[in-house]
Amino acid sequence: MAVSAALALAPQLRIAPRDPAAETEALLGVAGWAAQFTPGVALEFPDCVLLEISGSLKLFGGLEPLLERLRRGLMEMGWSTALAVAPTPRAAYWLALAGKGEFIGSTAELEPALATLPVEIFCRNDETLAALEAIGVRTLGELRALPREGVARRFGQGLLDEIDRGLGRLPDPRIFFVPPARFRATIELPAEITQAEALLFAARRLIVQLVGFLAARSSGVQRLVLRLGHRNRAATEIAIGLVAPSRDAEHFTLLLRERLSGLALAEPVRELGLQADDMVPLAGNNLGLLLEQGKPPGDWGHLIERLRARLGAEAVRGIAGRAEHRPERAGAIADLGVKQMQLDFGERPFWLLDRPKPLAEIDAVPHHDGRLELLVGPERIESGWWDGDEVARDYFVARTQNEALVWIYRERRGEGGWYLHGIFS
Amino acid sequence: MAGMSFSFAALLERPDIWRGGSLSRAGTPAVPSGFSRLDAELPGGGWPAGALTEILPAHEGIGELRLLGSALAALSNRGLRLAWIAPPHLPYAPALAAAEIDIGKIVIVRTATAKQTLWATEQALVSNACGAVLAWPKSVKYADLRRLQIAAEGGRASAFLFRSPEAAGESSPAPLRIALGTAAGGLAVRVLKRRGAPLARSILLPAMPPAVRGNRHVDRHSSAAAAARDFPARLVHA
Repeated sequence: MAVSAALALAPQLRIAPRDPAAETEALLGVAGWAAQFTPGVALEFPDCVLLEISGSLKLFGGLEPLLERLRRGLMEMGWSTALAVAPTPRAAYWLALAGKGEFIGSTAELEPALATLPVEIFCRNDETLAALEAIGVRTLGELRALPREGVARRFGQGLLDEIDRGLGRLPDPRIFFVPPARFRATIELPAEITQAEALLFAARRLIVQLVGFLAARSSGVQRLVLRLGHRNRAATEIAIGLVAPSRDAEHFTLLLRERLSGLALAEPVRELGLQADDMVPLAGNNLGLLLEQGKPPGDWGHLIERLRARLGAEAVRGIAGRAEHRPERAGAIADLGVKQMQLDFGERPFWLLDRPKPLAEIDAVPHHDGRLELLVGPERIESGWWDGDEVARDYFVARTQNEALVWIYRERRGEGGWYLHGIFS
Repeated sequence: MAGMSFSFAALLERPDIWRGGSLSRAGTPAVPSGFSRLDAELPGGGWPAGALTEILPAHEGIGELRLLGSALAALSNRGLRLAWIAPPHLPYAPALAAAEIDIGKIVIVRTATAKQTLWATEQALVSNACGAVLAWPKSVKYADLRRLQIAAEGGRASAFLFRSPEAAGESSPAPLRIALGTAAGGLAVRVLKRRGAPLARSILLPAMPPAVRGNRHVDRHSSAAAAARDFPARLVHA
């Protein structure tokens, strides 16, 4: 139909030139996503993805649940599709093209189902089509009713072979699709978008595609980049780093929503792209026998490793108590998992200062943000004469002017003086 | 009619029905704080697990850690780990042990920058390997808080974020926010935000070390120097 004729029929029609490159990219995207259902994915250009599903039926709980997942995923990615199932790839392609939504499981059912298909479905040669029409052949069944020798002589052996492949009488080998090593997907937005939040809906389509792609390779990603393409300026890139590799669509969506919500767009967005480069193998989750609430408990060792990897081993330590009267030695930083002593002291603060802080003394009263009021004490500690680190102190619990409780001591050696040593938090 | 009112009362008892005046009971697990007056006002009857709790003490030394002592003791004695991220001072083992906290379960994470603090906190929450995560971030923005809240959600850890009192004026995604002050020598707890009806009054808790509570007036009127000289010292000779 000519464009002018189409516009005459439907004046509100929007005309878009066909973009074969975009079609191929979309088909490859669907194939990469569909690889999560079967390793046997083949492409039938320009518009069909073939899945070998006989080996996947058990895993996905039968044909209907598998089809449901395919339908839902394709819809979430924004495609309108026609699904068909047949014992041969060619027959499945024809049935899908015919758009009848037929799901044929056995070869015996195949022949009657294909018999009603119009000849245009499997024959793309205009001359042959015209000749077939001239002799009154409209369907595959009518063509097969003609003598084979005559058909071969008149239309060539190729047409018969094509039909035989569809019926499974001739082999029809396919080259399986190999998903690319990296994930790249773009969609052109139907209209320019000015609100960052509105991008989430479109981004969701890309996320579904990414998650299928990752599921196919049992991998996760730790870094995603969302590219927002503009008309006049360089694309805005939003990088999302994850703590642990993931392929959880909800999680990705949540993170993207968070990032997009705080984003002011410099210019409207015309195109959206998602890319992920480094795939990390990710084991599937074993489901618990009983329904558990919340996340499964994590691995303590892994957490410590991760923290140490970034902050250094010295930054991640435990604490330990020791049977020692000098306060600095009674409790200190120690290795994780050190055997602990049972201790019994007087009142001790939750916080100990790294080193005692000298306090001002005014009119014989220690001051820390004002005058300190002594509440409990003194507790005299004299110890350590044998190792040259001797202490001789009188400890008090004191209260500051703003009602904080602190642990202070009066030095009994040398110059004396008051020191702040702990805080009762 | 009696039968009908009975069924109506039964209906109101359903856990998925929430009435405006009451606290949220929506199945969130919680750790009792050990202070019954506070627990009565906290949704779930204690410090929430799998959620962020902000604690905004007016200044340090008013009982902000003692407030968590009972919960930390309960968690550590259940074998759960306690991650302390960027604490302002050394958590002192003798005091923690005296509060019945299993100090073998404590890990101290020291960080160099505010960013590292947030990162380590998020890691500790996401790993779901801790019973409680306590963090002292120097500066924290709304987006950071949201990240932490998401990291905490669905996990088993209670996440406590200690922030400056000025933060009370900022909005926050944390479902529970507590401001702490002092009043009448005790700890005044003000619930700034919780799931459920807001709470107008402060809760006064005796969050003082026991010895201090007993000896509050001992040497109030004597000079410090005299106290130091004259009180019978508890002598320790090794």
